[in-house]
Amino acid sequence: MNQTIKPRTLFEKIWDSHLVHEEPGSPSVLYIDLHLVHEVTSPQAFSGLRAKGLQVRRTDRTVATMDHSTPTKELSLNIVDAMGARQLRQLQANCKDFGIHLYDLDDPLRGIVHIMGPELGLTQPGLTIVCGDSHTSTHGAFGALAFGIGTSEVEHVLATQSLLQYRPKTMRVDFEGELQPGVTAKDMILALIAKIGVGGGTGYVLEYAGSAVRNLSMEARMTLCNMSIEAGARAGMIAPDETTFEYLAGRQHAPQGADWDAAVERWRQLPSDPGAHYDAVITLDVSQLAPMVTYGTNPGMGVEIDQLVPTPAAQSDPARRAALEKALAYMDLEPGKSLHGHPVDVVFIGSCTNSRISDLRAAAALIKGHKVAEGVRLLVVPGSESIRRQAEAEGLDIIFRQAGGDWRFAGCSMCIAMNGDQLSPGQYAVSTSNRNFEGRQGAGGRTFLASPLTAAASAIAGKVTDPREYMIG
Amino acid sequence: MQSFTTLTSKIIPLPNNDVDTDQIIPARYLKVTDKVGLAEGLFAGWRYLADGSPDPEFPINQERYQNAQILLTGDNFGCGSSREHAPWAMAGWGIRAVISTSFADIFRNNALKNGLLPIVVDDATHTSLFDLTEEVPLAAVDIDLASQTVSLPSGEKVFFEIDPFSKTCLIGGVDQLGYLLKQEDKIAAFEAARD
Ligand code: SF4
Repeated sequence: MNQTIKPRTLFEKIWDSHLVHEEPGSPSVLYIDLHLVHEVTSPQAFSGLRAKGLQVRRTDRTVATMDHSTPTKELSLNIVDAMGARQLRQLQANCKDFGIHLYDLDDPLRGIVHIMGPELGLTQPGLTIVCGDSHTSTHGAFGALAFGIGTSEVEHVLATQSLLQYRPKTMRVDFEGELQPGVTAKDMILALIAKIGVGGGTGYVLEYAGSAVRNLSMEARMTLCNMSIEAGARAGMIAPDETTFEYLAGRQHAPQGADWDAAVERWRQLPSDPGAHYDAVITLDVSQLAPMVTYGTNPGMGVEIDQLVPTPAAQSDPARRAALEKALAYMDLEPGKSLHGHPVDVVFIGSCTNSRISDLRAAAALIKGHKVAEGVRLLVVPGSESIRRQAEAEGLDIIFRQAGGDWRFAGCSMCIAMNGDQLSPGQYAVSTSNRNFEGRQGAGGRTFLASPLTAAASAIAGKVTDPREYMIG
Repeated sequence: MQSFTTLTSKIIPLPNNDVDTDQIIPARYLKVTDKVGLAEGLFAGWRYLADGSPDPEFPINQERYQNAQILLTGDNFGCGSSREHAPWAMAGWGIRAVISTSFADIFRNNALKNGLLPIVVDDATHTSLFDLTEEVPLAAVDIDLASQTVSLPSGEKVFFEIDPFSKTCLIGGVDQLGYLLKQEDKIAAFEAARD
């Protein structure tokens, strides 16, 4: 390495290599390698292109899917409500008119946008990746710079394959120690958000490092990066390593043959240099971490499953006290009590956070031989059609069904409740998704965010349950 | 984009922290293919009673705020989903400026592209503005983007930061895409060098 070059972080290396133009007084022009598109945040962007007489600059760098309001009971637009169907048809028309590859409802490779990109090998180290969707942070697990954008920016990228951006700050988050059995990447990220708060990462790109991150599988790393936005960070990243390369090798859009070797050689240069500067560094020891569960109405309101729901009166900051009071009122929970044992009505296993094959295997292994508790509805929605087929080949669907659960086609489903899969007012759900905002899973619904293991254990017990109770021996 | 130069308006107080975009506009309103008609979904989860009628307690339902154009709110406004429907719904209802101690990144970016000015103030100013909405609910403040100031009824002027590029675009009512399109040759050169 040239000694005169200042050590750089993973983020800086990707940022620097994608700068198209910089001038004082203006944001940087950043080149975008991969643009993912879905039905909800794109129609107005395409209308903008039409109104201005513009084309999509790089159809070869643009991929579309439908996931948010797609049905999961059967793959037919006929069962979608009129407005949802119109939006889905609009995406079909837009992709056709502008020449974009769409993974349509009946495509065997269709899935949630953040599940598909990695699965197809489109997501690769060193790339800049955007989507009109805040969970684009997921793709950072591969050592890509990936972040969510608004619809105006979707139009910008469609038209110019570039974005106007100010350079964010960097924060390294070191997770150290070995996770206990029953504790997962979901618990790690919920613990981080509980620590730094839902605005703690605002203005930063997070880089997750440390021994606990190195030991995570690629799928678990995606879970971790997925919820960076829940800490307020637009992007989360993990340096690529052998785990990354092993996951990518042979995937449809990954480089092949000699190109693969060259790519891996390039990717090995990406990890942060020793001595690279971060604007902030924090460390979490996760060796004693227990499964996490949220009690409130934002993802920062989480505790270890055996801890107590905090008491508003004990909060010194009046705004925090008010927020906690409001959250507990919405959730109808008593402060100072444990959530452990709180009755649940619905368990949702799905979403771009936790609907990959390893999530489904873990949940199925725990559920196998048990029945879902009386009166509890278990909904399992794989993240992609490929995952669905894989799970069915392994008999996981049978395990969920025999336990009394509902097994569906791929989509966002009850994570956002746009397709009819939703909570009724007042219902409690343990959900493997990423947002417990008021009404997120259906107006009036109440969400406890947790890992697939905790969700599975809670489904069997009919109440919020520590998965380790089912994992002894 | 609608240009933003000056604004004189009453302030609608919404003291909640961490207002997420699911609260600003719930997902069930996101099935549109245009930007119009979203105002009825603004704060829908908080604004309507169980029977669907407007909650008279909720600020934007109150008669006195019907033509107010400034929202004053708690920390970290606009966190969560990237939906640009949030600023569309706010602008559709008539809000032109939001004052807080901090904004979520994507929300701020989206707002600036829709003629909606996010203003960050320090804690002391934030508190005094909330006090003002309690003591003199109908007091108006003046926002002047050119000088980057909010003028309070007391005569005090509070300076706020905004990046020069967004400021120019807002004052001129200019779509930021225009700037990017002018970089076409540089984008093409960048692509030629690496594809
Ligand atoms: S699964 Fe949920 S969070 Fe993920 S993309 Fe779909 S709606 Fe968004």
